[in-house]
Amino acid sequence: MAWKDDWRRVRAIVWKDLTTEGRSKAGFNSVAALGVTILVLFGFALGPDTQALRDAASGALWLAVLFAGVLAFNRSYQVELESGALEPLLLYPGARWTIFAGKLLANTIFVGLMLVIVVLVGIVLFQVNIPDAWPKLVAVLALGSIGLVSLGTFYAAMASRSRAREVLLPLLLFPMLVPVLLAAMSASKALLSGDMMHEAGAWMNMLVAYDVIFVVAPLLAFEHVIEV
Amino acid sequence: MTAPSATTDLPRPGYWPWFGAFAYLFLIGAQVMGLVTSVPDRDMGHLQKIMYVHVPAAWIMSLTFAVVLWYSFLYLWKQRENDDLKAAAAAEVGSAFCGLTLVLGMIWGRPAWGVWWTWDARLTSTLVLFLIFVGYLALRAFVEDPHRRAQWSAAVGIMGAINVPIVYMSVRWWRTLHQVQSSPATVDPWYVINLRANAFAFLFVMIYFIRQRYVASRFERAAELAAQAVALGRN
Repeated sequence: MAWKDDWRRVRAIVWKDLTTEGRSKAGFNSVAALGVTILVLFGFALGPDTQALRDAASGALWLAVLFAGVLAFNRSYQVELESGALEPLLLYPGARWTIFAGKLLANTIFVGLMLVIVVLVGIVLFQVNIPDAWPKLVAVLALGSIGLVSLGTFYAAMASRSRAREVLLPLLLFPMLVPVLLAAMSASKALLSGDMMHEAGAWMNMLVAYDVIFVVAPLLAFEHVIEV
Repeated sequence: MTAPSATTDLPRPGYWPWFGAFAYLFLIGAQVMGLVTSVPDRDMGHLQKIMYVHVPAAWIMSLTFAVVLWYSFLYLWKQRENDDLKAAAAAEVGSAFCGLTLVLGMIWGRPAWGVWWTWDARLTSTLVLFLIFVGYLALRAFVEDPHRRAQWSAAVGIMGAINVPIVYMSVRWWRTLHQVQSSPATVDPWYVINLRANAFAFLFVMIYFIRQRYVASRFERAAELAAQAVALGRN
């Protein structure tokens, strides 16, 4: 069964990436700490007024995740590049998209765990009232991070192998992420303020559509990007 | 990828200098005609004449990015280096027209709307498009290997083009202020003539610019290859 073999390849990549990360933990700890630091800085920028903090909470939270996540995406290739392991990985038999799918899953787990920490800290720092529809909020967080991680993993495959990767990845990635971020921020903002206008559902539908596009397009394009 | 082109089949000028001169003269002529012939708008006066350059700049910008998309696909399909150089030339010219559209729009928006900038769907998506292609050009600057640069910029160009309608849709949901297009039936015929004359002028300039940038990049590549050949002792 071909798809079973592909699934095994995907799992092997996920296992490899998460094991490397789990053995040192330095990467995760520093990225999560950076996310929290950015939240604190946003708190200073927005001032101590409780209502202002609450209004800006969803935007600040997504930007903190974005800025910290960018570091995670380059890291996911850097370990392989430093040890010269990317070429052997490409020489293994099987479809190349499985490498992307594996890295996408591993990065989603990585960013998901970071998101848990950043959201919990954000709720405390920005004095957010947890709405009754919190399962929807969890869904928005999950959908938003899938779009973010998929595009991030794709662009990092290029940026991490170029000169000036630190500046190139955000420069390529951030404009591309505008639709995902806009939908994720608007949906979480609507949910946090009680969703009076019933707009969160529409934003969530858009988020699902973006996720489908932004996962399928990189899956198709990855082959062209990684082979050179 | 096809074999690197020898210096012998570098593009020749041919009639291109004449076409360039024609494009510039046509552009100047269209400006003069726009300023002299048309009456000031009832509400906006002479300010309305910015539309003669703002709207064509936006049209030609879209056309130029379609050219980028076309040559990016062609490169991925045929793997010819010249297609990549054409896509890059078009991307540079497109970014210039995109910047021009934004600046002319701002100059018009300040007196007409009272603000330099507003977070409207068209303005915002044009700005995002500009940023995407700034990223595209930065990628080209930071990657040396020609094959890798070509392959990556084709992917980035196509992904960027896919994203433009999506950005537009999502920002339109967010908010909108830009006026809808006028139809030729509702405006004075002189406005239509001036608008079209400028559109053709910009089109000719765009074609000439892309051609010039393409020729320049072909010469750059030929110089690189010659330097490599000398370094390897194969001159």
